[in-house]
Amino acid sequence: MGLISAGTSIFDAGALAAGNAGSLTFIKKLTASSSATLTFVGGASSVILDGTYKEYLFTFNNLHAATRSNFSFQGRDGGTDYDGPIVSTHFGLKHNEGANTYSIGYEGDRDQANTANFQILSNTSHTDDSDGLCGYLRIFNPAGTTYITHFMSEVNCVTNTPTVCSNFCAGYFNTATAINAFQFKFASDEIDSGDICLYGVT
Amino acid sequence: MAVISNGTTIIDAGAISVGGGKETLIKTATFTNASTVAFIDGTDNVVMDDTYHTYIFKCIDIHGNDDNGRWAFQVNTAGASGFNESCTSNFFNARRNHGDTYSILGAVTGYDQAQGTGYQNISDTGPADGSAERTHAGHLTIFNPSNTTFATQFMAEFSDAMSDDYMIHSYVSGYFDVAAAIDEVSFKSSAGTTSGIIKMYGIGS
Repeated sequence: MGLISAGTSIFDAGALAAGNAGSLTFIKKLTASSSATLTFVGGASSVILDGTYKEYLFTFNNLHAATRSNFSFQGRDGGTDYDGPIVSTHFGLKHNEGANTYSIGYEGDRDQANTANFQILSNTSHTDDSDGLCGYLRIFNPAGTTYITHFMSEVNCVTNTPTVCSNFCAGYFNTATAINAFQFKFASDEIDSGDICLYGVT
Repeated sequence: MAVISNGTTIIDAGAISVGGGKETLIKTATFTNASTVAFIDGTDNVVMDDTYHTYIFKCIDIHGNDDNGRWAFQVNTAGASGFNESCTSNFFNARRNHGDTYSILGAVTGYDQAQGTGYQNISDTGPADGSAERTHAGHLTIFNPSNTTFATQFMAEFSDAMSDDYMIHSYVSGYFDVAAAIDEVSFKSSAGTTSGIIKMYGIGS
């Protein structure tokens, strides 16, 4: 059934008409279960990572590792390896539950200088079962083949002190090649639980 | 046909009523070698009034032709002329170079304003034709610009790829010290012309 108001379709064929839907289009959700990696590959398993959208948004919902480990991602710029050349900055704020330590500063061991390592989005997460990490990652026009591909992220986590850590990372894949897949993992452990959702921004 | 629930119009005149906090795409501006890019309420399908309480501008593939150009914006109040409202702002960034010899986090006082009327920087300099692949990307949020009681606040975050092999993560926030409604926004580079895409969104209450 469709609904037409003043000659304009509001919804039809199970979908809201353009202009009536929100700007975020849900694409794919991956739920971790002791997963070594969570990978979104454009064109596979209903994942879209092409020129359909100029911006893609990944959300991280209570990702948890069994041992303390940095959370990271990389992109695939051709071939099968996740090894895009990344230039990035990383800074963070820390405040512990005891309210006796506080810091803000540049994180020189979490940035990259045109290297192909997995990009750290969050420092080590607490292993307590009640503590996960949450946040988001924005990718701008990864299908473009004229310019580099920028990204920005903000991820909040709890470390073992326990301390809240707010991580701010931004950078770019220093290549004009399309980035058509993204992989997420903890540096030295599986992703116990949690989920990552991918949205396209209309 | 209209759909009315409990006295509230849900659908009428071919559209769902604004509400629910959704982000609605208002306009996509794609431009090449432009001196300025303006979003003016009532012009070219732009809405910038109390229809939405928050407006977001997504800037993608912003590429200039002058290495000294910084991406910047200003606003104009309803019925006035000129993009020259008084602005007070902060600007800080994290920066590093490709050579892995320099990294720092700090305020950039030369890019902020203290009741200035110039265009507010929202990125660092470059990139230009000398580095054809490099761009700026980021977003600017303007809160409740149609209000006539308070100053209008804004926030921006950008990723900048500079032509001299520096990567910059810029944060900017501030306010326009005017209690008149703001209904026009202009973007431009501080030097040269610019190509790119700007997508304007509104968020309802």
